Amino acid sequence: MGKAWAAVIRTVLGLGRPWDAVENVRLMDRMSSKKPALGTLYLTASHVIFVENVPETRKETWILHSEISSIEKQATTAGGCPLLIRCKNFQVLHLVVPQERDCQDVYISLLRLARPVKYEELFCFSFNPKLDKEEREQGWTLVDLREEYKRMGTPNSYWHLSDVNRDYRVCDSYPTDVYVPRSATAHIIVGSSKFRSRRRFPALCYYCKDTNASICRSSQPLSGFSARCLEDEQMLQAIRRANPGSDFMYVVDTRPKLNAMANRAAGKGYENEDNYANIKFQFIGIENIHVMRSSLQKMLEVCELRSPSMSDFLWGLENSGWLKHIKAILDAGVFIAKAVAEEGTSVLVHCSDGWDRTAQVCSVASLLLDPHYRTLKGFMVLIEKDWISFGHKFHHRYGHLDGDPKEISPVIDQFLECVWQLTEQFPCAFEFNERFLVHIQHHIYSCQFGTFLCNSQKERRELRIQERTHSLWAHLWKNRADYLNPLFRADHSQARGTLRPPTSPCNFTYKFWSGMYNRFEKGMQPRQSVTDYLMAVKEETQQLEEELQVLEERLEKIHKIPLSDTPGNREPGAPQSKCPGLSASTPSVGNPAADSGGQPKSSPSRSPSQGDDDSALILTQENLKSSDPDLSANSDQESGVEDLSCRSPSGGECLPSEDSGKDPDPDEAVFLTA
Amino acid sequence: MEFAELIKTPRVDNVVLHRPFYPAVEGTLCLTGHHLILSSRQDNTEELWLLHSNIDSIEKRFVGSLGTIIIKCKDLRIIQLDIPGMEECLNIASSIEALSTLDSITLMYPFFYRPMFEVVEDGWHTFLPEREFELFSSVTNEWRLSYVNKDFTVCPSYPPIVTVPSCIDDEALRKVATFRHGGRFPVLSYYHKKNGMVMIRSSQPLTGTNGRRCKEDEKLINATLRAGKRGYVIDTRSLNVAQQARAKGGGFEQEAHYPQWRRIHKSIERYHILQESLIKLVEACNDQSHNMDRWLSKLEASNWLTHIKEILTTACLAAQCIDREGASVLIHGTEGTDSTLQVTSLAQIILEPRCRTIRGFEALIEREWLQAGHPFQQRCAQSAYSNSKQKWEAPVFFLFLDCVWQILRQFPCSFEFNEHFLILLFEHSYASQFGTFLGNNESERCKLKLQQKTMSLWSWVNRPSELSKFINPLFEANSLVIWPSVAPQSLQLWEGVFLRWNRSSKYLDEAYEEMTNIIEYNKELQAKVNTLRRQLAELETEDGMQESP
Repeated sequence: MGKAWAAVIRTVLGLGRPWDAVENVRLMDRMSSKKPALGTLYLTASHVIFVENVPETRKETWILHSEISSIEKQATTAGGCPLLIRCKNFQVLHLVVPQERDCQDVYISLLRLARPVKYEELFCFSFNPKLDKEEREQGWTLVDLREEYKRMGTPNSYWHLSDVNRDYRVCDSYPTDVYVPRSATAHIIVGSSKFRSRRRFPALCYYCKDTNASICRSSQPLSGFSARCLEDEQMLQAIRRANPGSDFMYVVDTRPKLNAMANRAAGKGYENEDNYANIKFQFIGIENIHVMRSSLQKMLEVCELRSPSMSDFLWGLENSGWLKHIKAILDAGVFIAKAVAEEGTSVLVHCSDGWDRTAQVCSVASLLLDPHYRTLKGFMVLIEKDWISFGHKFHHRYGHLDGDPKEISPVIDQFLECVWQLTEQFPCAFEFNERFLVHIQHHIYSCQFGTFLCNSQKERRELRIQERTHSLWAHLWKNRADYLNPLFRADHSQARGTLRPPTSPCNFTYKFWSGMYNRFEKGMQPRQSVTDYLMAVKEETQQLEEELQVLEERLEKIHKIPLSDTPGNREPGAPQSKCPGLSASTPSVGNPAADSGGQPKSSPSRSPSQGDDDSALILTQENLKSSDPDLSANSDQESGVEDLSCRSPSGGECLPSEDSGKDPDPDEAVFLTA
Repeated sequence: MEFAELIKTPRVDNVVLHRPFYPAVEGTLCLTGHHLILSSRQDNTEELWLLHSNIDSIEKRFVGSLGTIIIKCKDLRIIQLDIPGMEECLNIASSIEALSTLDSITLMYPFFYRPMFEVVEDGWHTFLPEREFELFSSVTNEWRLSYVNKDFTVCPSYPPIVTVPSCIDDEALRKVATFRHGGRFPVLSYYHKKNGMVMIRSSQPLTGTNGRRCKEDEKLINATLRAGKRGYVIDTRSLNVAQQARAKGGGFEQEAHYPQWRRIHKSIERYHILQESLIKLVEACNDQSHNMDRWLSKLEASNWLTHIKEILTTACLAAQCIDREGASVLIHGTEGTDSTLQVTSLAQIILEPRCRTIRGFEALIEREWLQAGHPFQQRCAQSAYSNSKQKWEAPVFFLFLDCVWQILRQFPCSFEFNEHFLILLFEHSYASQFGTFLGNNESERCKLKLQQKTMSLWSWVNRPSELSKFINPLFEANSLVIWPSVAPQSLQLWEGVFLRWNRSSKYLDEAYEEMTNIIEYNKELQAKVNTLRRQLAELETEDGMQESP
């Protein structure tokens, strides 16, 4: 993005108001007492942009309005008026605006801009990556769920694609394509749907070819204290019978038992084992969206602490309960995967409405069961299937439009973290790397692509999202080279079959994901990325393989011709001119002595530490820049390190640092004299 | 004393061994003077050979006549032996107890160990102070080697050869030694070639309550400063602790007498506080109860990571003074044998690329820990399962290794060695067949004649066949200063050590292997391509020569 870009936007959008550019704004470094960056703050129709004054670099920080989760204006001090912008991708911008009046203007404007009320205000409707219509449309066909169900082995003699939900007649938050047991008639489905919250009847989520066992999902039954529904009972029976190898099925209620029981008073509840033939009922105990929201909030408060002690951090993390929740979700996934793969038993999963915890648990279980979902493409399919198509309420959960704050909850964030925790435990099992997860998280909130818009397929069709916006999957797929895990090999044992994370006491295997929650504090991340290093090695390896082939061919040619060069042997008209006088080369055929000395090849640079003469560079930062322009806009955050004594002298600074030894940072002196 | 006296029952049949990650093995248990051996009748089952000195504590249990001995090792492993017969079990237990707590060093295994490998390079002579001195003596003449301590009379815990300012004579050193705790007068620890700044270390000055001073000490310290420049004294104790030390005759450098020095107090814990921290941490890691949701608070309560953070922060501060402030630094605590060495050695790892190579790291340990008189014998007498609670036991060196691991994790491409090398050093510092970590200082090692009577760990580990296990495939020489982050988010539990026996590392090992393969294959191709290119170039020049006439 060019330097003039911001200015262009200003003129194009005709933002002539006095606050559209505020000069002499300071961007504070949250984590260290490093000198703030002085620059100009621009507001555009879609972004907040901070451009540093340093003429050589003019470093820019771009933030989409839809990324902003809160804006806080603090009491004016002598230095100016502080403005705190917190983003949903866990970036926190601490600005100080010199004039109180300007700050107020920016604050008021952002309050409005960060809370769009109409879909049309979202960036995806104006975002134009300069693709032609055909490319754009093709992007939307990249992930094809019918294809996916076919891959799983459906339709087959037990399961088929039902048209019962055509035009969303039965359930408006379900997709039109629903796979159900062949034996479940429309009558049974409709009957069952009337006995389920929001008519979310049991439908196929994953089918395991090897065992015939399936994972189905639904919402809670409207059982109250004693209500029954014959069709619902028949529906479950049909699901169980679609797996002839097992004489029972599990019904997994992912809620804590107490919550489920409370629901009975409201005429909802859970399945009574006495009424349903051959089911085993099981509570899992994942907390609801409100608990999760406040858990994340608590954890983020810990992340934001300035120079916390180890105790502050560990206590805060423990008290937030976040990792406990992550473990609960993963444990549920492990339970289901085990039932399907090892016991060959089908499972019906639900929570209350069956669109939050159910989505988490079903997708974790699928990921454990099926290596396909651990590939780049498969993972997109998984999210499309279990989250987007089954009506996970993206709009409400991630606050795309101004709405009820109580609806907001980091449900899919938790799923992404579960995946990350698994990638840490099984480093060779996933085709994608951490960056892939981070970028997906970013775009769930960014609204730059239409993929995650709205609460259901029905809403998306009505808004004609596919005609008017771009697909994130196509964008990620195009840049897939950035998202590959170098340790992944399709034929590696970890990349095949079911993953079995340890279930014994193993809380210590759950780690804080600083690459997500502190990802803008570059100084806290490992300074050298093994992933990027290995990718560079692999890239070089590929070039070497190509070169080797070329060299071998050339050598072969050289050797061949002398052989055929013996008088009388040569074909008339052989292209002699191309290989003149080659007979001299014969002696060195297969001569192994040639391997002494020689020029080493100058390889593509993959030094983990280049550039700054004073400290190691941050590799990832460089790579982020090229990988995803929309993110790179934000990636120029200064490194934030816990305190002065440990901060990276280079962490994003662009100044040459030869003189840094002689010209100590005043902050350091402050620290030293303290 | 004969070991036979201690071995009441040398051999028991039908003993069942339980250990982490292996199926139970039934076999014959044998006790020798230094080992506990369990061998099964099956050929392909691996035998257990456990050094008695690796045993930290044992517990006995009886169910009827079946006895069980639980052996907790200093490398944190826990194994269990089921022994039929109460008498046998009791005999074995008491024998192990006696053999694992021999108080005479000369009875330790290193004095009996006969190497089965050919010594290519004698590790006892690999890292000589003279050679270390040569590394920087070509660029400066401000420093000299002093032999004032050659018979260990000036400072019993110092080596015979130390590096001191050239302008300070041995007589002055003798005087300064009387003014410093344990005679540990200030000596050179590190010379930063980039700007000529230095790190020196010592013990606390013996100022006492009446503010005693020593002109020679002041002169020695000031001799390390450039004209008009200031230096920093980093006292690893809090101001409070340092002040209390005065009552016992110790103290710190007062501004009035050291006007060119600015003093900074940090607080690195020592002794039993560290030992208790280790005990708590290992307890938390070994907790097998199914209700483990308080894991993080147990981790927190152990304070282990707090100690790591404090040590690393202080090391960064020292490195920052030298590299960023261009100032010389003096580091000491009380004795100058524990926290002082943690800080000086870690600061060097941050500043000096050579310390991140295998050779350089070994030299660092030789220089800053062994020669510098860290009392390994006392500190590593017991580990996390100890019940003895002796004041002098403390995982000081262990914490240092953990700190190195933290930096390695943040700069995975900047170290020539891998995590296994650190684990190896951890193990050998507590129990070893080699003499390297025996004794508390050079004086004791000399008296024990370790060089003549035992084998050096370096002799064994530096053979190419052994060394290859410890090479980090990601290593690319990095000539820069590496600044680690000490934010809590950046520090992690060292799983490779603390969870080593509690969880399978299969998938992580596979990943390491995959990584190695990727790099090895690349190197292989590189070599092939180079060979072919050379061949081709030769052919083509020959062609050219043929063609040109």
